[in-house]
Amino acid sequence: MILETAAERRALLDRSHTIAMVGASPNPTRPSYFVFSYLRTRGRVEIAPINPTITEIDGVRAYPSLAAYAAERGAPDIVDVFRRPQEAPQVAREAVAIGAKAIWFQYGVVNEEAIRIADEAGLDVVVDRCIKVETARFDGNLALGGINTGLLTAKRRAR
Amino acid sequence: MSDRSFGFRTRALHAGTPPDGETGARALPLHLSTSFVFDSTEHAAELFALRTYGNIYSRIGNPTVAAFEEKLASLEGGLGAVATASGLAAQLCAVLALAQNGDHLVATANLYGGTITQFSVTLRRMGIETTFVPAGDLDALRGALRENTRAVFTETIGNPSGNVADLAAIAEIAHAAGVPLVVDNTFATPYLCRPIEHGADIVVHSATKFIGGHGTVLGGAIVESGRFPWGAGKHDLLATPSPGYHGLNFVETFGEYAFLTRARAEVLRDVGAAISPMNAWLLVQGLETLALRMPQHVANARAVATFLRGRDEVAWVSYGDLPDSPERTLAQRYLPLGAGAVFTFGLRGGREAGRAFIESLELWSHLANVGDAKSLVIHPASTTHQQLSDEELTAAGIGPDMIRLSVGLEDAEDLIWDLERGLAAAKRVAEVAK
Repeated sequence: MILETAAERRALLDRSHTIAMVGASPNPTRPSYFVFSYLRTRGRVEIAPINPTITEIDGVRAYPSLAAYAAERGAPDIVDVFRRPQEAPQVAREAVAIGAKAIWFQYGVVNEEAIRIADEAGLDVVVDRCIKVETARFDGNLALGGINTGLLTAKRRAR
Repeated sequence: MSDRSFGFRTRALHAGTPPDGETGARALPLHLSTSFVFDSTEHAAELFALRTYGNIYSRIGNPTVAAFEEKLASLEGGLGAVATASGLAAQLCAVLALAQNGDHLVATANLYGGTITQFSVTLRRMGIETTFVPAGDLDALRGALRENTRAVFTETIGNPSGNVADLAAIAEIAHAAGVPLVVDNTFATPYLCRPIEHGADIVVHSATKFIGGHGTVLGGAIVESGRFPWGAGKHDLLATPSPGYHGLNFVETFGEYAFLTRARAEVLRDVGAAISPMNAWLLVQGLETLALRMPQHVANARAVATFLRGRDEVAWVSYGDLPDSPERTLAQRYLPLGAGAVFTFGLRGGREAGRAFIESLELWSHLANVGDAKSLVIHPASTTHQQLSDEELTAAGIGPDMIRLSVGLEDAEDLIWDLERGLAAAKRVAEVAK
């Protein structure tokens, strides 16, 4: 199912504990590193880089492929995709093959075929969003940057 | 949580200001703290590298200020906001996030005098040149755009001439040249006009005016739509490695947040024009009642403008809501709930009549501000726009007979009673002069 609403994205993040990040870079100026570092230091999820050209990022072991990750750790709750749009269908096929529960296409990773592959296989799909921004939107941190989170509530945030 | 699209009044009360997570405080806590402790050295490093969100030092960000920013961004329909010490600080930071030495801006000529001097004196000295084009002359605007132009600047409602900008047409011209439209929305407030809905990319405010609403504190803000393609080639400051952040490319790393991140983390950080949390707190109080105050400002302004238009002592009244105003068509399109509460009129009898008029008023405060709950009056040619040359005054549409009113929330009959006394005094002076 393609998740269109903030409530659906929040529910996905709340129920997810493992994230395999395809295309994670150890280069500290790359967007994927910003996302990796935020999720790692925040500490609520186990995040693993999927990148055949590296062995680790900040002491977190990298896996050469989604299959290698799944062989050791089972299916991840979310496969987070930092690849060129034309490579997204292959990542989607691999995510389906290992039984991932959801696939998250980062900003600009928009490919209709990839979306269809994942959606038809029953994965939850998020498109053209940033998993760091959405995580920070719901944990209250994004608001500290003066960003319009779109969240209105008269309830106290769970601590 | 729900995905409902809440209305303006609901967002004015709730956006950015949920109950405090730590204490449950229902009102926005005032965080008068210059600085904030880190959880660990790693947390500190992540904060300084912009990899995580959080508070470091109140020159860059503060939780009370952030609440004001989010509330205003929500009301304007923007991605986010950066608050500043004043409206002029907001403009400066917005320009410096887009342009540097050797770059160029195009602005409509009918702007607040302080904006004109900021652009034509201070920014010019810094190597950023501005071409001013007559308000409403879209061909002149198109013709003034250059290869090194980085932005187009206008005011929703011109100060003080009251002309209404054709925002959609100006945005289209700016976008065709690959540059953003920056709109000063101070006079309209997001209650009367939301420029982003008409194609603007950046909105700046002097929150000192109607947003604060009570003439108490200074503040400003930049709101951005998040829609402008900063990486399309015209904005190297955002799309090439920054020496201010170890070679960080803001567009590549922050995507739609590139402009807001640079405006805060590099420009506001280095310029130092931060707003006080106390001021931000009071501006949040102001936003909560904006939707109640603005209709009353507009109703009083209409009553006063209609009264003045019927008086012999008055040569002309420039208010976009009057049926015969040349701004009427644009006002109805962009300001359907009213053309604001600041407008001008011409008093017969010259400078002396103007002096007698202002000095004989009892309720209208003679001062250099607008957007107070109290009614205000001023003679722009000798005050707010005094630094302008005769040429600039003409271009800005300011004659020596012009009186500017900022209509407040008093009883309209009392405001009109006072103006009648002022007009009588002006008439006596004018007759003696004859």
